[in-house]
Amino acid sequence: MDLVPAFARWLHFLAGIMWIGLLYYFNFVQVPALKAAAADNTAAGITKHIAPRALFYFRWAAVVTWLAGAALLGNQFMAAFTLQKGMAGIGVGAWLGTIMLFNVWVLIWPNQQKILGMKPATDEEKNKARRVAFLTSRTNVALSIPMLFFMAGGFTHRALFGM
Amino acid sequence: MKNPLDSLWGTIIAGVILTAILYAVVKNVLN
Repeated sequence: MDLVPAFARWLHFLAGIMWIGLLYYFNFVQVPALKAAAADNTAAGITKHIAPRALFYFRWAAVVTWLAGAALLGNQFMAAFTLQKGMAGIGVGAWLGTIMLFNVWVLIWPNQQKILGMKPATDEEKNKARRVAFLTSRTNVALSIPMLFFMAGGFTHRALFGM
Repeated sequence: MKNPLDSLWGTIIAGVILTAILYAVVKNVLN
């Protein structure tokens, strides 16, 4: 049945664009803007009204992207994740995406909750949370570069890898 | 040494270098 992979690929792209688009928004737009906004006391507008909404779509788009990717791999899921011959390209992409999903839910989101005041935290805890969330988010930007390379070509352009 | 992830350009360069390394690994080791 061709409908499942076709819909899974469509959903994988839709959710993936939302996830990585918001990741780039945070790193290329919001973080530098917050520095400028803090200087003229307008940062609350971003941290109160924009960041929580952006984080909501960001973390759930990550889940949908991963699930649609798993559905797309179908019965080749294990072959990809165990980097079998002919599947290593897409497998590396899948592993990078999985590490990025882990980073979103285990490192970025819990720390953002402290930063944005959704969870109680002392000033010292907030400062530490800021650094961990920032570095994890930047790590995900760095990982997105090879992830997108392997996602884009790992399965359909296997000749790139001499497969 | 400064953490390259503190700058956007450092982050992008790190990502491109990682892409090249992983590509070489997939092409030459895992294939």
